[in-house]
Amino acid sequence: MELGSLSDPTQSTFSLVDEDHTFANAIRFTLNQDPRTKFCGYSIPHPSDNRVNIRIQTTGDPAKDVFKDACQDLMVMCQHVSNTFNKAVVDFKLSNSVEGMDIESDS
Amino acid sequence: MSSSNENTTSSSGSEQSDSRNDTLDFIEKLSDVPMGKLPPHIDFQRTRVDCKADAPIHTDTFQYSGAYASMGVDNSLLDSFSSNFRVEVIRLEKDEMEFDMIGIDPAIANAFRRILIAEVPTMAIERVLIANNTSVIQDEVLSHRLGLIPIKADPRLFEFTENNAANEKNTIVFGLKVRCEKQGKRKGPKREGQEQDGQTRITVKSKDLVWLPNGSNFALESEGSSSNSSSKPKTYTSFTCSQDSLPEFSSNPVGPTDGDITIARLGPGQEIELEALAVKGIGKTHAKWSPVAPAWYRMLPEVIILKDIEDELAEKLVATCPVKVFDIEDIGNGKKRATVARPRKCTLCRECIREGKGWEDSLSLRRVKDHFIFTIESTGVLPPEVLFTEAVKILQDKCERAITDLC
Ligand code: SF4
Repeated sequence: MELGSLSDPTQSTFSLVDEDHTFANAIRFTLNQDPRTKFCGYSIPHPSDNRVNIRIQTTGDPAKDVFKDACQDLMVMCQHVSNTFNKAVVDFKLSNSVEGMDIESDS
Repeated sequence: MSSSNENTTSSSGSEQSDSRNDTLDFIEKLSDVPMGKLPPHIDFQRTRVDCKADAPIHTDTFQYSGAYASMGVDNSLLDSFSSNFRVEVIRLEKDEMEFDMIGIDPAIANAFRRILIAEVPTMAIERVLIANNTSVIQDEVLSHRLGLIPIKADPRLFEFTENNAANEKNTIVFGLKVRCEKQGKRKGPKREGQEQDGQTRITVKSKDLVWLPNGSNFALESEGSSSNSSSKPKTYTSFTCSQDSLPEFSSNPVGPTDGDITIARLGPGQEIELEALAVKGIGKTHAKWSPVAPAWYRMLPEVIILKDIEDELAEKLVATCPVKVFDIEDIGNGKKRATVARPRKCTLCRECIREGKGWEDSLSLRRVKDHFIFTIESTGVLPPEVLFTEAVKILQDKCERAITDLC
């Protein structure tokens, strides 16, 4: 859910349910890596509330777009981590020829 | 500087301009901040945690892409990530693996760790139907113990229950029926490793759990015992087909990961008869669903000798370190010098620099901020390398969900 202002789309707060530090901290990192971000941060309003608020202020682009791009960036990173990891595991298994294990690379 | 300027204001204008010129001269003579390259001390703060005797410093990470813009340095990792990120597998066993993840921010590494512990689904016993329990262990404690047994079943083949009735796609049923005879004779077929006849106590182990691929055998109470004679009495589960007829299970039967887990002990005449229903869940709901035991990482330690440490001091240093990070090398003339042989082992106990300034000046303990030594210890449910790829997939799903939620 986006909580922003109609007149100024460059700043809004995104309120995500069923998420916690796991996602919010990771997305804060990719947001910070985006040069269009002027400010970003997150908070969990109450520990027994299953919700996290992510605040984004940008240098001009709509906050929503920047947030979506950050999500995309994180997905690309994940994909790369997954590929690199699988490759490393396969290489390791080949070089060590560990027996009794099937090589599985499902990504 | 400003106070001295004030003093000279009244005395003479020329003096003032002199001192100002001095200041300007001084500033002009300063060497330029190199553009496009971070000065070494700032680069050190960016990439290393420096561990002093009292506390570590430079512990924060610099995530903002423009943090070093004034020095012409782009701090964003995203573009260079694909070329710089590396994974090196150190150890890979059936249930445990260790690997190095290099070139990633702690925020992402930590997300993987948190997902591994709390969000990768597994199967665990959630409901227990107890027909008879005359053992000393109470029903609820027994059920709790059963819940904690890791179940070897690929959770990807199952669905979450989500208020649906128990069926073959979301539930695994185990039966447990053990009785300790008065004479200590054990009923049922004797299995290898089980205690011998003639003993008066028996131990119920996890291998006594029998997988029931056809679902529960217990008739629903409302049906009454009289309807048992009908062809198919209603039970606590509604399986449409036998699970072991499904191709994914016929080759890989379901059961506890380890058959040697003690569930209860029975004395003469005591008996346990129950059915346990395992469902899919995540570690956030209850730790019994956590697939790891556990998953953790540490940053790569770096031990640097700044000033040579020789002779007795060197020997003292070698003896001080509990994990034998240091070695001694001969440098001729009967002199010895300490060297860093196994920096990776350093636990950062800081024992070697605890004694005072002298040590702190000659030894530098650091952590590399973007190098993670990741260890995953699986409970046996899935191999550790599969768990990690699952965790990465879950983070990806979270992003996807966030994007679709916005549209
Ligand atoms: S910090 Fe502890 S483990 Fe590390 S080198 Fe010093 S004494 Fe050894």
